[in-house]
Amino acid sequence: MSTAAIELKGITKRFGSVVANKDVSLSVQNGEILSLLGENGSGKTTLMNMISGIYHPDEGQIFINGQEAVITCPHDAYDYKIGMIHQHFKLVDVFSAAENIVLGINDGKRFNINDVYARVREICEKYGFEIDAHKKIYQMSVSEKQTVEIIKVLYRGADILILDEPTAVLTPQETQKLFKVLRRMRDDGKAIIIITHKLHEVLSISDRVSVLRRGEYVGTLITAQTNETELTEMMVGKKISLNIERSQPHDTEDRLVVSDIKCNSREGVKLLDNVSFTAKSGEILGIAGIAGSGQRELLEAIAGLQHIDSGSIIYNNPKTKTQDNLRDKTPIQIRDLGVRLSFVPEDRLGMGLVGNMDIVDNMMLRSYRHGKGMFLKRAEPKALADKIISDLQVVTPGTSTPVRRLSGGNVQKVLVGREIAAAPTVLMAAYPVRGLDINSSYTIYNLLNEQKKNGVAVIFVGEDLDVLIELCDRIMVIGGGRVTGIVDARNTTKEEIGLLMTKTDGGQINE
Amino acid sequence: MLTTIASFINAAIIQGIPLLYGATGEIITEKSGNLNLGIPGIMYIGGISGIVGGYIYEYYTPEPLAALCIIIPLLSSLLASALMAFIYSFLTITLRANQNVTGLALTTFGVGVGNFLGGSLQGFFGKSGSISLLTTGTYYKTSLPFADDLGLFGQTFLSFGFLAYLAVIIAVICAFILKKTRIGLNLRAVGESPATADAAGINVTRYKYVATCTGGAIAGLGGLYFVMDYIAGAWTNDGFDDRGWLAIAIVIFALWKPDLSILCSFIFGGLYIICTYIPGLSSAAKELIKMLPYIVTIIVLVLISARKRRENQPPAHLGLPYFREER
Repeated sequence: MSTAAIELKGITKRFGSVVANKDVSLSVQNGEILSLLGENGSGKTTLMNMISGIYHPDEGQIFINGQEAVITCPHDAYDYKIGMIHQHFKLVDVFSAAENIVLGINDGKRFNINDVYARVREICEKYGFEIDAHKKIYQMSVSEKQTVEIIKVLYRGADILILDEPTAVLTPQETQKLFKVLRRMRDDGKAIIIITHKLHEVLSISDRVSVLRRGEYVGTLITAQTNETELTEMMVGKKISLNIERSQPHDTEDRLVVSDIKCNSREGVKLLDNVSFTAKSGEILGIAGIAGSGQRELLEAIAGLQHIDSGSIIYNNPKTKTQDNLRDKTPIQIRDLGVRLSFVPEDRLGMGLVGNMDIVDNMMLRSYRHGKGMFLKRAEPKALADKIISDLQVVTPGTSTPVRRLSGGNVQKVLVGREIAAAPTVLMAAYPVRGLDINSSYTIYNLLNEQKKNGVAVIFVGEDLDVLIELCDRIMVIGGGRVTGIVDARNTTKEEIGLLMTKTDGGQINE
Repeated sequence: MLTTIASFINAAIIQGIPLLYGATGEIITEKSGNLNLGIPGIMYIGGISGIVGGYIYEYYTPEPLAALCIIIPLLSSLLASALMAFIYSFLTITLRANQNVTGLALTTFGVGVGNFLGGSLQGFFGKSGSISLLTTGTYYKTSLPFADDLGLFGQTFLSFGFLAYLAVIIAVICAFILKKTRIGLNLRAVGESPATADAAGINVTRYKYVATCTGGAIAGLGGLYFVMDYIAGAWTNDGFDDRGWLAIAIVIFALWKPDLSILCSFIFGGLYIICTYIPGLSSAAKELIKMLPYIVTIIVLVLISARKRRENQPPAHLGLPYFREER
């Protein structure tokens, strides 16, 4: 083999006590496409950020064309002809494509935007891009914006391209177009790394595939000699036992019947596609899937926060024995029916709590409508805050401490505690243990279990398959906005779920 | 009739010049994402520092030289205004203080300093009465020698001191830089999306500092023009009035385009004094007519917000602090 275009040797990166990458070694040749495969949080993006100069590795070396390279800032990466296309585009909306492409480049020549147009056209013709360089970014589709990002790095003369989940935002047709362009660039001698967790894409586009699991390098395979099952096993690894307490569900009845809901994003990408399932009382329904497969949209649709194009969400009211279609109701009406969303998104404080307000005030966000007259009643929320602090062992100086000063786990407990206190009939929790230590995580698991015993229909969106398998009764797997399977958590394996997770709208991309 | 119209146009241009300086300075500043509401205060400072510079030079020199009479107030005005803008930059860019609060504080400060020095400068030098820099004022007011030979045209369009022409030249240069140069492209990117600019290797902090300080210095010249040319080397407390705010309104009216702001400044200058050209107005009616520029600004704001053309919107990151994303 000739010298690799880029080679990593023993790369380790820590963030505080968390090891994001541990002893990772891999290499890419010129004229080769390497897939970097791994679950969420397996350290793929961190690794690539070290190549593109955003982070600096704690240990290990990077070689470019056989020479050791020190990359300390994004500018160094440009000098080594490395170009990274991020998941979130960095483009100026009111600029034209050409203006964005030339931004920040100082080649010493006199600045003339017409020269830029000419060079962009040249690049487009060479690799088969279709883009109007005069078009403003805000008039572009997601796929066009991505094209601009790719041209941007090619314009800077990049020979090594890194694409971070480029297909996540694309329709299947756009993905095909992208892959065609990538193949042309490979044939032109570029070294390409594509980060993904879609197995069929790995098999369709790459020459070799490297797998990461929990920050560790698992191995590299030649794509032509492997298959989905082998890759899934490498990705998810062996089962770990967690000993989460789980009771048998009893007296279950259908609480929430979701049928055929569909919704599209503004760009026309399908967020939810014919999703149907039933959530039963006294049961924990787990939802597994790659991040961004539609989990958030699904929960928001049930809570009335996301518009759905078609389908129905029938709620069987245990008190009145009537059926309500939640689609016709406002978020407040839905909440009053007892459907509670304790949504814990990436930004924990963002959706549920107000950081600068204290615990009592945050309790009142849910109850300020109670009481007569124009004055607030503070006694009840204060009692509730005290109860949550003692029941859930929230570590806080007092009820008047602003929530943002609490640690992540304690914020989570306050949020979940408040939603549970409303005696819900449906409790939805998304990633409630993200970023929590083990003890806090178990407190949350126990809380959810307790709710289940009380006859609540619990919907739990999780990312750790081991937890899902031990905590839930049934697990629904979604991929690309569709339900790819619903399995019995007591009789399933990580491999089975892993395969379902990566089984999106397969077939369409395999040419 | 013709002479009345000519004298109105002439007066509108004279009124428009300080506004044009303020507007150009504010546009450059806002293009970097900084909403500097300190501009009215900076223009006061630009005026009074020119007065102080000129006063000291005239006081200690029996026979002042023309060149120094021009240069000393010019430099002191530029430096003092840039210093004010630097304070604003340090607070909002480095310390990430709230831009509105910082700007308003600077305006209050600038107006206060201006009035204080203007009222007590004579006293410091053991004199009484109000400031009068006759020599300096005369040099600043010197117009093109051939203007008078050109009749009504010359009187209307060429009878100004050099600062008036400089205002138009600076506005044209700024328009050219913003539209046609790499620096302008980078600066606009900083104001629209600093994260993008940062990722593209542009030094966001440097661009913001330089743009804000340059903008402040340009705006300060508006104050200098007012005290040296318009009122010929004198100072009256609060004489500059609310022209600084009018300049900020022009930025909106001109859709953040320096070339358009030349025309807009003269229109606003005209609206500002039109009441004195309409005979038989009561003083209440005059005040109502003085509101015209602000009403026009509000109408423009409504129009551009309703039309939603992205090119005509303020810089997307205007008024917001920039934090580099860090983990």
